[in-house]
Amino acid sequence: MTSAMHAVLAIAVMAVVTFLTRALPFLLFDRGGNPPKLVLYLGRVLPPAIIAMLIVYCLRGLRGASLFTPAGWLPQVIAVAAVILLHLWKHNNLLSIFGGTILYMVLVQVVFA
Amino acid sequence: MNRKALAAAFPVTVPVLMGYLSIGIAFGLMLERAGYNFIWAFFMSLTIYAGSGQYLGVELLATAAGLGTVAVMTLLINFRHLVYGLSMLEKFRGMGWRKFYMIFSLTDETYALLAGAAVPVGVRPRDFYFAVAILDQLYWIAGSVIGGVAGGLLSLDITGIDFAMTALFVVIAVDQWKSAKEHLPAFLGAGCTLLFLILVGEEQMLLPALGAIVAALLLLRPRLDRQDAEGKEADT
Repeated sequence: MTSAMHAVLAIAVMAVVTFLTRALPFLLFDRGGNPPKLVLYLGRVLPPAIIAMLIVYCLRGLRGASLFTPAGWLPQVIAVAAVILLHLWKHNNLLSIFGGTILYMVLVQVVFA
Repeated sequence: MNRKALAAAFPVTVPVLMGYLSIGIAFGLMLERAGYNFIWAFFMSLTIYAGSGQYLGVELLATAAGLGTVAVMTLLINFRHLVYGLSMLEKFRGMGWRKFYMIFSLTDETYALLAGAAVPVGVRPRDFYFAVAILDQLYWIAGSVIGGVAGGLLSLDITGIDFAMTALFVVIAVDQWKSAKEHLPAFLGAGCTLLFLILVGEEQMLLPALGAIVAALLLLRPRLDRQDAEGKEADT
């Protein structure tokens, strides 16, 4: 299988699965009745767990970093802290995401280059 | 589609315009950098249309992840949409063929607008909802194509732009943290993932970590459900 073909299939899978997650409540519960308690429970507790998982996944590169070469970990640590503080302070998604990203880009391209 | 509904919907969608353009541009840039140009960005934003899902999609495409992994990861990152749909059952009732599109386009931001915005006087609610949904997706497609084109034309040094994905997830986590009654699920998610990062390494970590998270949440249900019930009683 060529890589372009694989990419087309992967995008198709993402599209179908994304649509299904949005359509499922309508397919199951549009005719009245209440969703099973287990579904409501997972819908409540799973999202924060998944987001925490994705943050750890995004920062997985820190695992191999040595404490004595701060260029390998300090930019991430500073930028994540900046995003958290910005977001607690201003509650503005855009400012938090782009402030943190620009800071990170400056750190890896200029400060720790 | 009538112009009155579009005119009424536009001011409501301006925050999403700002957000989707910029987050879409970052997506297009990242995708271009992973070796897929703006045409790929266009089709992904047209057919998938999910912010965090597509950010993760860049990663999945770049690492040529297996289709099974792609399916499971997409399912789990979009699991929250299940909850959105539950609260839109009434609103979308009776929308006919447009209902299909409303369900397809139910992103976090469109959900937030539909759940929060008051329908302006003189506009039929269903036309208004549809206009909001259409405008939001147009912004998203425009942003991702602009990012893809810019990434191909400019020889900007965009090293580090992929941090936008980390930042997006951190922002969502901060919001969830503030609204959550219990923080055990977040710790559990981080802990399980760290464990499998150390045990099996970064190539294979996600699926076992997901399995462990779901299993642990199911095992802890008696405890977490009880906490929730107590929290509700305390509220009243």
